[in-house]
Amino acid sequence: MKIYADNAATTKLGRAALEAMLPVMEEEYGNPSSLYELGQRAKEILEKARAEIAAVINADPREIIITSGGSEADNQALLSAADRGRKTGRMHIVSTAFEHHAVLHTLAKLEREGFEVTLLPVHEDGLVRPAELSAAIRDDTCLVSVMYANNEIGTIQPIAEIGDICAARGVTFHTDAVQAVGHLPIDVRAQNICMLSASAHKFHGPKGVGFLYVKKGTPLINLIEGGAQESGRRAGTENVAAAVGMAASLKDSAAHMAENAERMRCIRDRLIKGLAAIPHSALNGDAEKRLPGNVNFCFEGIEGESLLLLLDDRGICASSGSACTSGSLDPSHVLLAIGRVHDVAHGSLRLTIGEDATEAEADYIVKNVTEVVEYLRSFSPIWRDLEAGKKPYIL
Amino acid sequence: MALYSEKVMDHFRNPRNVGVIEDADGVGEVGNAKCGDIMKMYLKIKDGVVTDAKFETFGCGSAIASSSMATELIIGKPLSEVRELTNKAVAEALDGLPAYKMHCSVLAEEAIKNALDDYYSKHPEAKA
Ligand SMILES: Cc1ncc(COP(=O)(O)O)c(C=O)c1O
Repeated sequence: MKIYADNAATTKLGRAALEAMLPVMEEEYGNPSSLYELGQRAKEILEKARAEIAAVINADPREIIITSGGSEADNQALLSAADRGRKTGRMHIVSTAFEHHAVLHTLAKLEREGFEVTLLPVHEDGLVRPAELSAAIRDDTCLVSVMYANNEIGTIQPIAEIGDICAARGVTFHTDAVQAVGHLPIDVRAQNICMLSASAHKFHGPKGVGFLYVKKGTPLINLIEGGAQESGRRAGTENVAAAVGMAASLKDSAAHMAENAERMRCIRDRLIKGLAAIPHSALNGDAEKRLPGNVNFCFEGIEGESLLLLLDDRGICASSGSACTSGSLDPSHVLLAIGRVHDVAHGSLRLTIGEDATEAEADYIVKNVTEVVEYLRSFSPIWRDLEAGKKPYIL
Repeated sequence: MALYSEKVMDHFRNPRNVGVIEDADGVGEVGNAKCGDIMKMYLKIKDGVVTDAKFETFGCGSAIASSSMATELIIGKPLSEVRELTNKAVAEALDGLPAYKMHCSVLAEEAIKNALDDYYSKHPEAKA
């Protein structure tokens, strides 16, 4: 069996995207900035895609800037709000400890430039507390940035509540919704979102394209200077085919969102139930308020990379927050943020299933993870000490 | 391009000399759970020669492969040679490790040295 269970890393290009993109790539090669018909047709196609994207999140097409992906959208959102903050003497930013590095590293840069950043705790359940967020906002806060759903543990934040708080306090609210767009219903107006980042390859669109929603009237700075594309907010000849693929996959995802989510939740919960039966294991993040496709566990006494390699041998693609898979000495900052100690954070497994996942696949995954964990424990010195009672179990 | 060489994957998938030697003459343990790697080496030593070695490892693929290869490199070898085993030799025997994984081979070298120290502390006469 071959099972791709790493959809939070990226997804397979969907038929909807591919079929929409092919004719654009083959026929509509014009530059949208050119005045002859071939160019103007490309422009029309691009604007149609923009309108389709906007409709899915209840935005106005003029509020959508097409970017190279989620990282760029995050950078532009944060740097824009910071620029505004600098000009108005508001140098404080509120965010969370478990944001994606596209946000965290940008915040670190801003800190070096003199900004003060408050990173809210996300507690054991991986959820921000609106009351704590409210208390963290100060008179000099220029931005609140809280991710919609976490990319590792899948927990879904109380975005509408946060949006209300920020609106009431007059603070710009950005959300990194890269893991949510195409998977959860989003309404930027109802949820009081000022800026939102998205990435097409997380919802079966092409890689290297995403968008930033910016509420009308929110000041922006450019990351890329040049021509007047994207209403002068991002220079560079547009990748029309990619934008079309993103719009098609988003429309398709939105059309089947409820049914897909319901089916995926069933498979997800089957996985969670099966993996929870492994002794000394624990689910990471709240069991209910999580993405329909996200399963994340820690297994005591083993290390994540060896688990992934052996699962790969058995046809299962998954990911881990162990240090060895992150290329650093520390395990995932997300797992540390929810209070997992290093020892167990190294033994984490993330499975992110797709819309087409089946019960049989879930059972195959549970069987194989159970076997591999047991095998790796059989020669783990940590496990031996735990079993011998020399150290207390953490999980 | 795979992450690891065929040799590493072979030793990772089919680790040699896994387990415990209950009446080991020297035991060494290095690393810590915080960093995600712990290696434990057990040696049987007779007449100045390593007659058997076994390991237990908590760690990534290259840590498991390095432990496995290290045991192969020392079984049947005189202590004078075992003392000289370097992490580079372990890594080379595995057809190389990615740069950021070289510390796994260092752990293997240290685990063996540690086990030898344990042996010498019990048999100071053997050190000569
Ligand atoms: C939450 C989150 N934000 C940002 C990104 C970056 O998106 P991209 O790869 O499109 O730059 C990702 C994807 O890895 C993500 O999961």
